Amino acid sequence: MSAPAAGRTRTRWRFGDELALLQLIIVAMIAGTLLHPAFLTPLNIVNVLQQSSELSVLVLAEAIILIVGRFDLSLESIVGVAPMFGAWLVLDATLNGSGLMLSPFVAVIVVFFVGFAIGAVNGFLIVRLGLNAFITTLAMLILLRGVAIGLTNGRTLYDLPEPFLYLGNAYWLGLPAALWVSGALYLVGSLILGYHRVGRALYAIGGNAEAARAAGIPVDRYIWTVFVVAGGLASLSGLMLTGRMASVMSGQGQNMIFTVFAACVIGRISLNGGKGTLVGALCGVILLGIISNILTLSNIETFWISATYGAIILLSLIFTRLTSGKSYRSD
Amino acid sequence: METLAEPGVSPLVETRGVTKRYGDTLALNSVTLKVWAGHSVALAGRNGAGKSTMVRLMTGLERPDAGEVLFSGGPAPDIAARAQWRTKVACVYQKSTIIPELTVGENLFLNDHPGSRFGAIRWGELRRLGRRELDAWGLDVAIDQLAGELTVGERQRLEIARALRKGSRFIILDEPTARLESREIRQLFDHIGRLKASGVTFLFISHHLQEIYEICERVAVMRDGRLVAEAAVEELDEDAVVAAMVGQAYVRPGQTTHVPRRAFPTASDERPIVLDVDNVAVDGTVSGASLKVRAGERVGLAGLAGSGKAELARAIVGQLAPSTGRISVSGAPLAVGRVDLARDSGVAWVPEDRHFNGFCGNLSVEENIALPVLRRLNRALGFVSGQRRRGLAETMIGRLEIKVSDPSQNISELSGGNQQKTVMSRALASEPKLLVLGHPTAGVDIASKEALFGIIRATGSAVLLVSDEIDELAICDRVLVMFGGRIVREFAGPWEEHEMVAAMEGLGQ
Repeated sequence: MSAPAAGRTRTRWRFGDELALLQLIIVAMIAGTLLHPAFLTPLNIVNVLQQSSELSVLVLAEAIILIVGRFDLSLESIVGVAPMFGAWLVLDATLNGSGLMLSPFVAVIVVFFVGFAIGAVNGFLIVRLGLNAFITTLAMLILLRGVAIGLTNGRTLYDLPEPFLYLGNAYWLGLPAALWVSGALYLVGSLILGYHRVGRALYAIGGNAEAARAAGIPVDRYIWTVFVVAGGLASLSGLMLTGRMASVMSGQGQNMIFTVFAACVIGRISLNGGKGTLVGALCGVILLGIISNILTLSNIETFWISATYGAIILLSLIFTRLTSGKSYRSD
Repeated sequence: METLAEPGVSPLVETRGVTKRYGDTLALNSVTLKVWAGHSVALAGRNGAGKSTMVRLMTGLERPDAGEVLFSGGPAPDIAARAQWRTKVACVYQKSTIIPELTVGENLFLNDHPGSRFGAIRWGELRRLGRRELDAWGLDVAIDQLAGELTVGERQRLEIARALRKGSRFIILDEPTARLESREIRQLFDHIGRLKASGVTFLFISHHLQEIYEICERVAVMRDGRLVAEAAVEELDEDAVVAAMVGQAYVRPGQTTHVPRRAFPTASDERPIVLDVDNVAVDGTVSGASLKVRAGERVGLAGLAGSGKAELARAIVGQLAPSTGRISVSGAPLAVGRVDLARDSGVAWVPEDRHFNGFCGNLSVEENIALPVLRRLNRALGFVSGQRRRGLAETMIGRLEIKVSDPSQNISELSGGNQQKTVMSRALASEPKLLVLGHPTAGVDIASKEALFGIIRATGSAVLLVSDEIDELAICDRVLVMFGGRIVREFAGPWEEHEMVAAMEGLGQ
């Protein structure tokens, strides 16, 4: 290839964001190692990664929605309501279930379908009816939160059958299955977004939906599909969390969406659409996971950890503004 | 003109030798225009003649590079003193500045309410004063009605009333009839007549020449940033105005008079029909248009904004569904309202506004070129072959001579001309049977314009060129002119420019 030098530097610059994040991760790891001897042990690192795996799947879901230029607040409620509904179908009435005693294998499929269905409804409301994404998905979030509590009168469901928990507590080749699954999703997702016809079309839609439409890309259908896929991913995230906790709480997933947006913003996924990579988003997740782990090891109270998250989002916004010279607004 | 001058009386408004330059473009070249009280002026000229720049200078939105603007012989207020400008001149733009959520009264007194010392609005006073204003300017609407409930025409008249309330007796109307129905145009003209009788002077900008003669005493014609004619309406008839707009000794850039026009089609044309539009109507904009484009033919679709040409083009490329009629490409009927299916049947499109829907600013030149043909660059399972995409991009970049440092350069970094070439190459990448071009040389420099004309001439596809620019239409074999949603005239072979301009203006039917 006869690419001139200018082109090559440009190509390198394109990975600049991810490279900067990688450097930050290394700095955070060095800091953690210096502060706590327990930090850089295989057990702790695997622990950090496993705890991040549910979040990472949810971030992946939000990232593809952000890339097409939309957003979804209701994903975190799917994390709660979808496994809750599945567990309710499986369990006996004495354990606050429905008493239907559905096969756990079927229930797992139902969990996914709940996610797909909620995503489809969101997509319908936003794409077809043209409703505002913020208020629509906020309303959906509030509605589903209520449903999750209503199903079991706010009680926690436990004594769940093993197949239902498998994704969250199994180990493959010495590492948690959730880690493998989330790693595989990021790999496949990155390949599709970077090199597949559909992935490139999603970036085009996020960059200029009208131009994408003029180029013959079925914009509405793609956006709708993205909402459905994201709903399914949120269900998966919920199943992983359920498996790790061995129970479903009515508030499962609560406040996760803030961390999701934090990871996306830190990972340089543009809220304006059309920009950002999954590698960046994953870096955002890992960075947040390490910082949270260090703070936990330092016996810092949880509310200070969430305050730190807020501060990190603000700092990364300021950082983006200063380095790119462009304001980071959603208009 | 000097006959209007009375000793000791200065013109109401005067631009004295104003010049305005935007980058390399000379928008206004030493224009001197006097508007005398009681002699309303029509300002005519084609797109880009400098009318809008004149309005910007006369309303104090911009300062001239040279020359000055005078009001009643005195210098214009400072550009920052908006309140003072408003007492001298007001402009009613095509886009309404009435806030629909507020009442008529609130709109009338926007940011200037009668209030108490502590800033509370005195509503009684506002209603009383407001009613007086509405009565004075003959506007028959309720003071407490929401402005959003008014008709477009009433809103316009409310806007005029607001300007008059500020003390201005000189009103610029920028294409006021473009969005009005004929009954409302009548009402507006009656209203303008009443206001003129009570001492208001207008500067009227319109593409519809008949209107000028109805409400103006004088007509001024601009061309290429200069004032080329100014006279009483009785002295300058419609043909003379069109001739002045086009220019007598006007040579089209990019087309020497020696280039023989290609043989234009006759009734015995044997070439296969590529595009067949049969009695197509689009709600409210196109009423029953039919046209044919044969292989290798370049057909122009001319018309001003609002003539329906853009909507007809969008129906052909599948962006909107016609309400009636049939569109076929090479004999096969086109599925309505589907850009992807139109593309698969061989229709490629260069949209008229590249920033709105021409390209994706977040992607590289290479990706923008490949966007509509990603399916063809398939390697396996829908994954795009990077090599083939790069190959396509390099071919197109070479063929159209797009100036980029590298195909992976972001398209936003290119000049307008090179962006437009990229959009053009994207349309060509699908090797279409029919190329629909919307105003393909809009906002590009002369050199790029030439290059784009060369590309259009060189393509083997049939071309439908949608434009209101005579320069662009000049490369077509024949031109169909639309007016009021219908194809009203066809020009084949050598044509007179002023005839085409007149046809676009809706004259000579």
